[in-house]
Amino acid sequence: MAPSTDIAVVGWAQTEMARRTELSETQLLLRAITDALEPLGLTSADVDFTCLGSCDYITGQAFSFVGNLDAIGAWPPKRDSHVEMDGAWALYEAWLRLQEGDIEIAVVTGSGRSSTGDPALIYPMEMDPYFLAPIGADPLTFAALQARAVIAAGITDERSMAEVAVRSRGKGTVDDLLAGDYVRQPLRRHDVPPITDGAAAMVLATGDRARRLVERPAYITGFDHRTECHNPSFRRLDDSPSTRLAATAAGLGRAPVEVAELQAAFTHEELLLRSVLGLGDDVVVNASGGALKANPIMATGLCRIGHAADHIFKGGSRALAHSTSGPCLQQNLICILEGRS
Amino acid sequence: MIPAAVVGVGQTHHKTRRLDVSFGGLVREAVFRALDDAEMTMDDVDAVVLGKAPDLFEGVMKPELYLSDALGAVGKPMFRVHTAGSVGGTTAIVAASHVQAGKHKSVLAVAFEKQSEGNAQFALGSGRGASLGAGGAFAPFIRAYIHRSGAPEDIGWKVAVKDRRNALKNPYAHLKIEDISIEKVKNSPMMWEPIRFLESCPSSDGACAVVITDEEGAQGRTPAWILGTSSRSEPPSFPGRDPVRPQACLQCAQDVYGQVGITRPREQLDMAELYVPFSWHEPMWLEAHFIAEEGEGWRMVDDGSTELGGSFPVNCSGGVLSSNPIGASGLLRFAEAANQVRGAAGEHQVEGARTALAMAYGANSQYFSMWVVGNSLQPFA
Repeated sequence: MAPSTDIAVVGWAQTEMARRTELSETQLLLRAITDALEPLGLTSADVDFTCLGSCDYITGQAFSFVGNLDAIGAWPPKRDSHVEMDGAWALYEAWLRLQEGDIEIAVVTGSGRSSTGDPALIYPMEMDPYFLAPIGADPLTFAALQARAVIAAGITDERSMAEVAVRSRGKGTVDDLLAGDYVRQPLRRHDVPPITDGAAAMVLATGDRARRLVERPAYITGFDHRTECHNPSFRRLDDSPSTRLAATAAGLGRAPVEVAELQAAFTHEELLLRSVLGLGDDVVVNASGGALKANPIMATGLCRIGHAADHIFKGGSRALAHSTSGPCLQQNLICILEGRS
Repeated sequence: MIPAAVVGVGQTHHKTRRLDVSFGGLVREAVFRALDDAEMTMDDVDAVVLGKAPDLFEGVMKPELYLSDALGAVGKPMFRVHTAGSVGGTTAIVAASHVQAGKHKSVLAVAFEKQSEGNAQFALGSGRGASLGAGGAFAPFIRAYIHRSGAPEDIGWKVAVKDRRNALKNPYAHLKIEDISIEKVKNSPMMWEPIRFLESCPSSDGACAVVITDEEGAQGRTPAWILGTSSRSEPPSFPGRDPVRPQACLQCAQDVYGQVGITRPREQLDMAELYVPFSWHEPMWLEAHFIAEEGEGWRMVDDGSTELGGSFPVNCSGGVLSSNPIGASGLLRFAEAANQVRGAAGEHQVEGARTALAMAYGANSQYFSMWVVGNSLQPFA
């Protein structure tokens, strides 16, 4: 169902994306939120609703988001929420909330400092606690299983994956990369994402307020997310039905998109998603470098939507952004942004 | 905004340890009771919203991923909320928002905690050592309340007895203390001055689920209309904060009353389910919700007004003091309020309840979520 109220992205900002920062998550968020609001001439006092996305296990502390209230300036108290999901889903909650029609401005964030932990130890904890977590298999292992399935299905090969890496990071040559050792066959070092600390903040506004704030708001014209069954062994890993469902519900097929920002932390994921979404060669994918260049977990998806919004701000007409969560692309979100003349 | 209503409520039997069920089994118990109550199946549900408190309680990160099968969420939107102790309430509010925004017709809100799987006191201390626990954090606020209001010391004991007596009428409640009495509470060990053991909430395994749908979906079912929802958060600490009478709570209550048209909450509301993890929170929250004048909340406890059968019954289900699966405790309040106006509260039904307030709060008295439900869309018409 199309939203009855126009809701648009009017600005966003991200912190420097670093392998490791000494700044706290709250400090990162304060920078991102300030940088997102200032160019619009807004302060935290103008913000009617906030929704933060972060994960206690990434931060290494229960209730880690509570301190982040200091970054949004929750005094006087704010209408506020928090999702234990990527900031892309925080955006989804704010998008629903703004449709209720009584408020105009929302700020959503995603933040994570994954440098403080060991991904190989932490990520197995998001698996089924009875049958999968005890195996201790890390995300690389599950990603490699999916990469094998995607290659076996003829959707990609190791060379195409290396091409994605070269294009995303803007360095190296395909032949050099393919000469490297496997980390988990068929994945080499270039196929896997970096560890990144960072945060992003995005400002949403409704209808006329959005048009007063910026010349060319990036209207959210389609937004949906779907999940699949959890256990990768019960899924077809060479497909992503939840991405397809979300894209259909978000109305991807109604018109062509010029750019797509896909949360593909592994090279084969980009190629699988392109295939599932039916994106042709004319669609510019991950011009930002994507998650292969900077992967601030819990903000990576929100950054995709931010880069897609940038395309609209610069005069583009339609852009697709994607976010994901869970092993082997278990849960997928599609957001369509459009500009209007 | 599209009108939305609760048409199904389910919960587990809450216990210290539910060793008989997995995480999936626990949530399914609540989900199927809610679906049965709504006369729906999982096929009728368009989206699922899951809430729970910190993942460090059980040691499972983002458990909604693993639970997607158990919750019947495959192929659907699956959303995860976490706003500390208020999360159960926020889960209901976000689920309602899915319907009120016109995005979905019927949404399942589920919240759970399986506290026996881990050490809640460890996680409550943010996973660091030397945790004060919730009681240690809240005791200073309670002492400040007593100091300001001049309330006599037996007020806390009275709340503890009232809620445990109510729990005896609730088949799902965790604590069933048949011989509960003022003497028994008064003689229980001192935990965090002035909070005694029997004035404290238990640690429970449990889950709660509600089905929320639109006007068409409510046809032929027993609806609790969601008349207003609100949430507010305030920062952890700064010199201007008053955790006895938190600004976020006052604003949240004003906001939700404004949406419903409530100007005299004590008269216009028929009951309230307030998040009372320690007995003294009842008088504090009565005041912070404008149900009692500032400094006078304890008098409503003293004269029996908040008893089942009193003029303003509070926590007829037995409340958090009787069942406390933390992440679900907020949704239990919201679900109990819904059942009261649906006339479905069984032995602890407030006769003729037409409107009810539910509230949950979290962290260091910082996160507040509330809703007011009614048996019609115009309860005051």
